[in-house]
Parts: sequence; structure tokens; C-alpha cells
Amino acid sequence: MIGIWNYLLVGALVFVIGVLGIFVNRKNVIIILMSIELILLSVSINFVAFSAYLGDLFGQVFVMFVLTVAAAESAIGLAILMVYFRNRGSIAVEDINTMKG
Amino acid sequence: MIETLAFYLFSAILVASAVMVVTSRNPVHSVLFLILAFFNAAALFILLGAEFVAMILVIVYVGAVAVLFLFVVMMLDINFRELRQGINTYLPFGIFVGVVLFIELAFLVFQNWVVPAGAGQSIAAPTPALDHASNTRALGQLIYTHYLYVFQVAGLILLVAMIGAIVLTLRHRTGVERQNIRQQVGRKRGDVLSIKSVTTGAGAPVQ
Repeated sequence: MIGIWNYLLVGALVFVIGVLGIFVNRKNVIIILMSIELILLSVSINFVAFSAYLGDLFGQVFVMFVLTVAAAESAIGLAILMVYFRNRGSIAVEDINTMKG
Repeated sequence: MIETLAFYLFSAILVASAVMVVTSRNPVHSVLFLILAFFNAAALFILLGAEFVAMILVIVYVGAVAVLFLFVVMMLDINFRELRQGINTYLPFGIFVGVVLFIELAFLVFQNWVVPAGAGQSIAAPTPALDHASNTRALGQLIYTHYLYVFQVAGLILLVAMIGAIVLTLRHRTGVERQNIRQQVGRKRGDVLSIKSVTTGAGAPVQ
């Protein structure tokens, strides 16, 4: 088996790319949701890598819970996106200021 | 040797497709690159010996989440070119934050950390030997016994998400013919039917 740092580095790279995607695509909510999926994927990579290298199966169990939460989050996010588009006719993040938060 | 080669191949494609997800001009291409990224992550999981999670990743992400994204991208009638405006103004700052974050993470990875000697006792669920139980069987034995309640809570989260998505996107349109069961059942013969005696040659009187 190759060293665990390889997997950790790949996870870190994917995480950074996800964060970069949120920074760069400030207007496109769909890309931001996909970036969140990438971040959660990098977390899963770390979990599975440590699970394999420490011989602890719980990491893989936890990956399934992360997967569940990611699926639920993207479903709810896309539903909110659909409702928002229906009401406003755009999905630009900068237009989302009606709540004056 | 072949494992190292496979690792570098899969991780290179994973990172490259992740970059393409973020930078692609067309959101449909972004979703397709996301699918490629998930496939390669699943391959990495298989390299680590986690076959069940790898297959779940392919089924859940490629089969459900990515298709959901694809549906939404194709349903929304948006000029995506407009949404890409201003990407160059945020790019230097984003790259700066990304580089700093990556240096910090790499610093953590390459730090001289060791697994302490007593870590063997704190393992929550030791992986059984492969000839004793396969990955799927071992995971099943774990999920349906020790982590049953957590597993049920995960199901509950999915149920709540499903109901939430339905409630959010459901809308009652006005001006559409709908079946009114109460009205249908409560209908009486006298409300809708009347017998008229028509004289021959004169026709029925116009109401």
C-alpha cells in the first residue's frame, strides 16, 4: 500500500478546489452546490483513507452518513433553487437580498 | 507498482475533473465532470479496499445526485454566460485563498505525526480479515448491530429531505380543471337532470 499522505494530499487538493469553486463562481448557485459536493467528497476520501490505514471500519460507516447528508443537502438546495427561480426568474446569488439578512 | 500507477492515474483524473467542474463554461459539462470525479473517487476507494462505499458512491452520486443536478440545469432557462461575469475579478483572490489553504493542509499532512502506541485500543470497529468477512458483510454486520439507531436517523434525514423537497416545489396552479371528489360524490340527480315533455314539431323551450 502506498503511503497515507498520498490520499490525504488528494483529499486536500479536492477540498481546495471546492473552496476555490465557491470563491470563483460567486453568481452561479448550481456550481456552488457542486463545489460543496466536491468538499464533502474530499472529506469522504480522508475518512476512507484513515479507515483503511488504521484498520478501523467505522470510517467507512461514517462515509455513508456523510453521503446521506450530502444527498439530502443537494436535494433540498436544488428544490430551494427551483422555487427561487420560479419566483424571481434568476439564480444569481447577488439577487438574493429580499430577506435583508 | 501497479497500485501506485493506478493511484496516480485515478487521482490525477479526479483532480483534473474537479478543476473542470469549477472552471467549465457550460454547467452541463460541469455536471458531467462531477460524474467523472465521483467515478475516480470510487476507484480510489476500491484501491483502499472499501468496495461497498465505492459502489454506494457510484450509485448514489452518479445515479441520483448528478442526475438531479442535470435535471435542474436543463430545466432552468438561464443565460449562464451572464452568471460567469465577474469571474476574473474574484479569480486572484480565490487563488490566493486556495493556495494558502492548500499550504496549510499540506503542512498538516507532512508534519511528523505518528499514530500513538495506544491507538489500537481505541479502534471503534476493527476491520475483520478479508478471508473472514468481505467488506460488504463486515459493514453490514456493523451497521445493523452497533450503529442501528444512527442508521435509522440517516434514513429519517433522507425522509425529511424528501418531504421538504416535495413541499418546497409543490404548487397549486389556479385555472386548472381539477377533480373535486366531494362535489362528485355529493351530486344528486335533481341537480343535473330534468325531464321535459317536448311537443312534437315545437322543440324544447330554450332556457
